[in-house]
Amino acid sequence: MLMEIERIKGLNFHKKQDVAIVGAGITTFKRRLNETGKELSYYAVKQALEEAGLGIEDIEMVVMGSAPDAFDGLHMKGEYLLDGSGGSDRPYMRVFVGGGTGVFAPIAGYWHVASGLADVCLVVCEEKMSSCHPHPQSAFKYIWDPILDRPLQPNLIWIFALEMRRYMHVNNIKHEDIALVSVKNKANALDHPAAQLAERITVEDVLNSEPMALPVRRLDVSPPSDGASALIMVAPHIARQLTDDPVWVAGVGWALDTTWWTNRDLYFPRYVAEAARMAYKMAHITEPRKEIDVAEPYDPFDYKELHHMEGLGLARKGEAPILTREGVTARDGDLPTCPSGGLLGVGNPIAATMGVKVAELYWQLAYRAGKRQVAKEVTRGVAQAWGDLMQVGTVVVLSNKR
Amino acid sequence: MAVGKKDISCPPYVKGREIKAEDIKEGKVTYWEHHPDIRYSFTAGQAISRFLKGLKEGKLLATKCDHCGRIMFPPRMFCELCFRPVDEWCEVKDTGVVETFSVSYIDPDAKPLEEPVIVAVISVDGASPKMGFMHILGEVDPDDVYIGMKVKAVWKSESEREGSVTDIKYWKPLEG
Ligand SMILES: [Zn+2]
Repeated sequence: MLMEIERIKGLNFHKKQDVAIVGAGITTFKRRLNETGKELSYYAVKQALEEAGLGIEDIEMVVMGSAPDAFDGLHMKGEYLLDGSGGSDRPYMRVFVGGGTGVFAPIAGYWHVASGLADVCLVVCEEKMSSCHPHPQSAFKYIWDPILDRPLQPNLIWIFALEMRRYMHVNNIKHEDIALVSVKNKANALDHPAAQLAERITVEDVLNSEPMALPVRRLDVSPPSDGASALIMVAPHIARQLTDDPVWVAGVGWALDTTWWTNRDLYFPRYVAEAARMAYKMAHITEPRKEIDVAEPYDPFDYKELHHMEGLGLARKGEAPILTREGVTARDGDLPTCPSGGLLGVGNPIAATMGVKVAELYWQLAYRAGKRQVAKEVTRGVAQAWGDLMQVGTVVVLSNKR
Repeated sequence: MAVGKKDISCPPYVKGREIKAEDIKEGKVTYWEHHPDIRYSFTAGQAISRFLKGLKEGKLLATKCDHCGRIMFPPRMFCELCFRPVDEWCEVKDTGVVETFSVSYIDPDAKPLEEPVIVAVISVDGASPKMGFMHILGEVDPDDVYIGMKVKAVWKSESEREGSVTDIKYWKPLEG
């Protein structure tokens, strides 16, 4: 029997209470840090508590996000990270959807509070990629299907190169137009104190950088990093006690496409479009391009920012490179995109990129982003991440108006 | 920190001490090495076992779902869209079309390759549209590969085949 139902039932979502963000924290992002994952998590949590004006005793529940165990070389990484995350002696869980984790963890934090189960939930994300040798890529090779893919000796970059080429081909986009994203984000990162790869580069630098898996070159890619980040999500009556200006979670969405990734047309991220549809419906957004003031789409590769803008409905298919070229996505543009400096500039400690996606969006909407604050007045923004075998989309919409 | 104030710049500070390559060389960092040696043997499952047996025989096998009408490649024992068992097995051609490709200069550990490898997603003729498969291209210059190029599988000899995706050495341009 075929029933008439919405593909994503969350579209008919009922919540117990609204959810506000009142504090965030981030460590520095570097290729290799001396601190353990536990210690990094501790630093990020302490900073978030300071901003919120809360103590660890005020935290009711904890959500931890961290990507493949193989980077740290520790199975049950969630348990390993428990103490540094402030998770001992309280309800604690780890969530993981690959690269999408940095936005999925706050989604999980949201449902803890929106359901009424918790009034104060701490969300912590950590990644320690430097433990893995000879290169963090060595851990990524265990993501591939053991029988169909691994005998071909693949590198994970292949999958992105194949997607990037398809995106360029279908929309007739030049590498020059894509490289502008790397140029923009690495320059934006100059204003981020956590940044690992902030620099002024040119389109030519990107096009002449070392080939990895063409069309992907070295400067098209974000660097592997160590780091941690944290967010504090609370119920309205708690937010009122802490601040006059909380930032509200207006909508959340997530979706996964089939793992048969070679059976999909890679030019368009359907998984992001589905996730965005859910988040926008919850946030009562019908025209994202007009209603979203600032965006933090996931940018582990320069083409991904463009690809994701189109999935998020912030640009028509093939239009994102044009908006970038025209300066619309610059910090002083009409749709500032990755004002943090993104993964390309600040770094890519997989799950911990929550600190440059959802935390950055929170700081932008709270007008606390300092030198990174976008020029225009902002009310609503969207943050998004992506991962697994190119099939997960995770989306959060924040607003400084309830 | 002042709660609720807008006139602060976040993050106000960032913690964490960077380790440089020199720090490790000069013995300034304490660390512990461990080289786990865990081995895995993966079962190929119902559908892929039969697919691999087909490769050994020089055939590409697919499965069909009568409900949605798709001929699925690589084959599976259930249709993930209709969520029901497949109805039959069929053979598809060992020719196809390049949907997208990359010229890779790195191996699985990100170490440089001496000669680049061309990897492609190839839609196989006889399967439903966009039923692609990741494999390697050969007998072609990287500059001559294009999306839409017709290609044909180059098989290992019968005695060399072992029931693996590498029983196809690579796919080469299909002339004419
Ligand atoms: Zn079917």
